[in-house]
Amino acid sequence: MSPDRSSVPAEEPRLVLRLYVAGDGPNSTAARANLSRLLGTYPPGSYEVEVVDCLREPMRAIEEGVFVTPTLLRVSPQPRRTIVGSLSESMNVSAALGLERSSADRA
Amino acid sequence: MRAPHSDPAAQGGESAGSAGTSEGPIHKCRTGIAGFDEITRGGLPSGRTTLIFGAPGAGKTVFALECLVNGAREGREPGIFVAFEENTRQIVANAATFGWDLPGLEREQLFFLDARLSSTVIQGGDFDIQGMLAGLAAKAKAMNAKRIVFDGIDVLLTILDDPGKERREIYRLQDWLHELGLTAIITAKAFEGDRLSTERYAFMQFMVDTVVAFHHRMIDRVSLRGVRVLKYRGSGFAENEFPMIITASGVQVSVFEPTALEYDVSDERVPSGVARLDTMLDGGYYRGSGVLISGAPGTAKTTLAGSFTAAACERGERALYVSFDEASSQIVRNLRSVGLDLQPHVDAGLLEMMSVRTEARSAEEHFMAVRARIRECAPRSLVIDPISALNKTGGVIAAVHGSLRLLDYARANGITVLCTSLVASENALAETTETQISTIADTWIHLSYLVRAGERNRTLTIVKSRGMAHSNQVRELVLSSHGLTLTDVYTAGGEVLVGTARWEHEAMLAETEARRMAELDLRRSELERELDALRAEQARWDGRRSSDRRDLRRLRHADPDPADVA
Repeated sequence: MSPDRSSVPAEEPRLVLRLYVAGDGPNSTAARANLSRLLGTYPPGSYEVEVVDCLREPMRAIEEGVFVTPTLLRVSPQPRRTIVGSLSESMNVSAALGLERSSADRA
Repeated sequence: MRAPHSDPAAQGGESAGSAGTSEGPIHKCRTGIAGFDEITRGGLPSGRTTLIFGAPGAGKTVFALECLVNGAREGREPGIFVAFEENTRQIVANAATFGWDLPGLEREQLFFLDARLSSTVIQGGDFDIQGMLAGLAAKAKAMNAKRIVFDGIDVLLTILDDPGKERREIYRLQDWLHELGLTAIITAKAFEGDRLSTERYAFMQFMVDTVVAFHHRMIDRVSLRGVRVLKYRGSGFAENEFPMIITASGVQVSVFEPTALEYDVSDERVPSGVARLDTMLDGGYYRGSGVLISGAPGTAKTTLAGSFTAAACERGERALYVSFDEASSQIVRNLRSVGLDLQPHVDAGLLEMMSVRTEARSAEEHFMAVRARIRECAPRSLVIDPISALNKTGGVIAAVHGSLRLLDYARANGITVLCTSLVASENALAETTETQISTIADTWIHLSYLVRAGERNRTLTIVKSRGMAHSNQVRELVLSSHGLTLTDVYTAGGEVLVGTARWEHEAMLAETEARRMAELDLRRSELERELDALRAEQARWDGRRSSDRRDLRRLRHADPDPADVA
């Protein structure tokens, strides 16, 4: 959190996510699809997703302390949250990411 | 303990036909854990997987970590430690208590991965460990790792929460290990009789090459650990359960040294420190033999042990005196009261006193501690006072095992061992035999009390003494401020006389003798007086005879011839 950024009026904190997957494994493929579906209702600029393939960048997961795949990290807003699994249990995932209320509002 | 010698081929046969990874002869890599490399005949299978399971606190983590550290220390086999259950910082801190320099090794030779799933993690569907394995593979390649430990795999399997997924991940791990060719240890908690553990590990046991079970039991409030190899594909192994202890420097598995019964025996005699006892033993104990001194409390077992120790030190030999539940200073003080001063020997560095509290340690741990001390000070004589104290340390079987190993170890190293054994009951011989120490002792001396005429007196008997002529007579043992002496016991009317009875008997004999001498003196002086009188008489008669003879001669010459006168 840099001081100049905090001065910017943030109506809605930007959602920054990082998804760790292992290549095209079934769980990883499912997680990618499930995350896209969950975020599909949001305007493209309101979130940011980085996908890290552990098979291509193996040391990143180790350095981040991620040991199961897939793992979804909510980097921002704080507090940091960790969700593991294929993200098929969308209720759990939405709640953990803090999406539930917004999507309910929209409905 | 015949298992270590059993034919490797007999068990080696089991590898044939079992599924999996066998390709040609197996190579073993030493764990560096004392004893374990012996029972597995060389260590763990190199490039294969070993499963260690056991109850919590059985020493699985320490064991696995020590394998890793030993490999890394030599610089040849860097290793990775993956912790599913414990905080890696905590593991590193715990390891510091063993004196392993983990921070030093960690820079290049060791890598710790904290693979605990935080409790705040939210589960949102199915997952696997593919990402971690990919990371570990990269890490292993980077540091050229040869060994890897997955500690607490049960924690991971519990998170998966489905038997099918558990198997899938274990297969994944197995394939990964096989591909990388790492020597792996997987540890898992298992509770005896627990259904989940049983099912889970039945499957895993089939998957891996080697299975080792760790046990942890409480017997008589003493913690006893044990290790047993259940399976070793392609190799023979010792099948028994072996005691395992965690010492200040790491894990040790206790095995009888296979060469233990091939030690040289000596004809050299070692004085017992009591001259009369040496005579009874035809010269003393054999060098390198085991001596057992049994007896009720207060029968002077420690004094006999002290005499032996003092004699050794006076010859300039090093000695180690191990006392259980009695402080060294107390022993030195008590022995001083019977004229044995060990302090100068302690000061001179010849005598090591080791004082140990019996409880809260297993017999095996005691054995290890004493053995470590023996290695340190290299004594030629060893006293264990009393060895029966080991009976308090977690059951008779463990005590017997520990005692036998101690005697065995000492004898194999040519150390003369003297053990005292406390017996409580009058049926002492049977009791001592029960602990089995007497059966392997070469010389067994029993001390007891003889109660007679309102007195307790100590007696000494040599119950047995292998390979030497020895007296079968009971001796009375007398303690005074000048030390310990043995005296003959008197028998009168078929009964043994000791103490006052002996003293009375001795006094009576002395008095009779004195009276006889006095009578002789009297008779002699009477005879001398008589002789003097006779001599005086004789002198008188001699005098009288010579004067008569003189008179007679004078009369013959003075008498005129009566014919001349006429």
